Amino acid sequence: MSLAPVVILACGNPSRGDDALGPMLLDRLQDWLACEGLSTGFELIGDFQWQVEHALDLAGRRLALFLDAGQRTPAPWVLRQVLALATPTPSTHALSPEAVLAVLARIGQPAPPTFVLGVAGERFELGEGLSAAASRHAEGAFALLQALCRTPRVDAWQALATGEPGGFVRWSARDAQ
Amino acid sequence: MASEAFALETAAAEAGTLRRVAIDPVSRVEGHGKVTLLLDANDEVQQVRLHIVEFRGFEKFIQGRPYWEVPVMVQRLCGICPVSHHLAAAKALDHVVGAEKLPASAEKLRRLMHYGQILQSHALHFFHLSSPDLLFGFASDAGRRNIVGVAAAYPEVAKQGVLLRKFGQEVIRLTAGKRVHGTGAIPGGVNRALSPAERDGLLADIDQIVDWSRAAVHIVKRLHAADPPLYDSFGTFRSNILSLVGADGALDFYDGRLRARDADGKILVDGFAVENYQQLIHEEVKPWSYMKFPFLAALGPRDGWYKVGPLARVQNCDSIATPLAEGERREFIDHGQGRLIHAPLAYHWARMIEMLHAAETIKDLLHDDDLSGSELSCSGTRRHEGVGVIEAPRGTLIHHYRVDDDDLVTMCNLIVSTTHNNQPMNEAIRRVARRYLNGRQLSEGLLNHIEVAIRAFDPCLSCATHALGKMPLQLELQDAAGQVIARMRSAS
Repeated sequence: MSLAPVVILACGNPSRGDDALGPMLLDRLQDWLACEGLSTGFELIGDFQWQVEHALDLAGRRLALFLDAGQRTPAPWVLRQVLALATPTPSTHALSPEAVLAVLARIGQPAPPTFVLGVAGERFELGEGLSAAASRHAEGAFALLQALCRTPRVDAWQALATGEPGGFVRWSARDAQ
Repeated sequence: MASEAFALETAAAEAGTLRRVAIDPVSRVEGHGKVTLLLDANDEVQQVRLHIVEFRGFEKFIQGRPYWEVPVMVQRLCGICPVSHHLAAAKALDHVVGAEKLPASAEKLRRLMHYGQILQSHALHFFHLSSPDLLFGFASDAGRRNIVGVAAAYPEVAKQGVLLRKFGQEVIRLTAGKRVHGTGAIPGGVNRALSPAERDGLLADIDQIVDWSRAAVHIVKRLHAADPPLYDSFGTFRSNILSLVGADGALDFYDGRLRARDADGKILVDGFAVENYQQLIHEEVKPWSYMKFPFLAALGPRDGWYKVGPLARVQNCDSIATPLAEGERREFIDHGQGRLIHAPLAYHWARMIEMLHAAETIKDLLHDDDLSGSELSCSGTRRHEGVGVIEAPRGTLIHHYRVDDDDLVTMCNLIVSTTHNNQPMNEAIRRVARRYLNGRQLSEGLLNHIEVAIRAFDPCLSCATHALGKMPLQLELQDAAGQVIARMRSAS
């Protein structure tokens, strides 16, 4: 099986309130891609958190997108292009997308243009469902994901992000349409 | 043990005369931990505590759910070791469906999954979380002390760490059905075998995995040999140890009976049936932490606390069934010169021996035709209660459920590995605080010594909430009234 040119990595815990945004959007995107006949162009990977081995999932791709709920993300969401960390900082068991890119670079693999879509969440308590706000943010984020998948080119994604690499850009549903 | 233990748990001086330093949250451990140090006017350490600041309530979350959902649901407890919870729950619920002895194929497929989990978890911990401290020094530039720093200075080590982890994840994917939220283990067995093609795919890489695992043991041994006083004394304290051992006394991560030794290595309890764990282990609650403090009931809370995990397991067993790991175990035991090794930094050495054993065991299992067998589950007389115990990467993991006639879970009790190590982690950081911090101006490098001691246990303090922007490293210096005087914070 050939490697899909675009990889979308979502993370989150489905049982942790708005932390479910990532896996929920990924599931929905998978169905939509199948309906649109676009599945072969994308590999969708879900996990609890990003780890060193996800660097290998980026290798050989044309584009990559990390998708996650953001507790401090400006509502409703943020899309930004990211680069490998130049100056690593202390980390936890989970890696940031920038740290995953740095791992890829250090093991001698070129990194694809990589973006992060952070969707604003509010509540992350065990056993809770999505908050009303997160549900609204998810709708807008999904429209943006559709736009990204219809134009899987770095220039098109950069145009949607519009900010400098690493910078934060605020989006609304209208912007994605 | 009791004379030294618990010193610095509660400050003797009056609280109003002390100032508080908080390390919140602790970095490179799973979840949310906080360490507070109370210092007097001379910067002498008066009190040290590792707090668990998040309460999970996971047991209540499970109550009321159908039992067959549980092995999948419990994976959401932890983003680092979901497979451990998946298997412990399945083992507990085997008893509920009356599956007292699984078909050989089912048990071996579960073992393969579990040893894949041990391999990837230990690889992550050593190569990603601990090697930065060990290779660069505890007080080295914080910007280098992470996997990316290791990769820059030791590219082959970093690459091997990534690929070892990836291999373990692949074993999990093939046995659990998915990379995450796997469904491979079910009450009474498993729901899929390994195809010949899947097995051949893993076999193609396994010799390299064994070689790299062996090399990792040698890295740790070289580190110990380079600075024996540091590695043998850093945060060292004496305690009992506890783990499962197999029926023949060998190291076994998947099944067995409980064995406990005292700090001198004398066996206190052996062959203890896991379903009676509540007779063996009691838990103490302390008002300053959400995490309980387990202890051997017969010895009481002051003398009965114990270590679990690699350092306990490698010394508690009589042997290891795979040859390369057994050779390394013997060398490790010899290092103790007839005494139990209690040094927290020796956890890393023991952990790499276990990783080597996991790699060798995976190789053996991949050559076993039972992996492609067709008898994958069984059942028998239905019961209302089950206990499942495994040795998770971080130590003994206990799942206990009661199920009613409607198949709903009415009671869930979990004792996770990190909870067993609660008192040991507190003891380790107290030793380190007294040795390295007393009377000195605090710096990030000095405070990292505290974290190095905690990380040796590879604690998993919470679960998988990890939203972007969470879990930066924060250090706070507060006065006795709780006012923040200074704060350091990383950008990650």
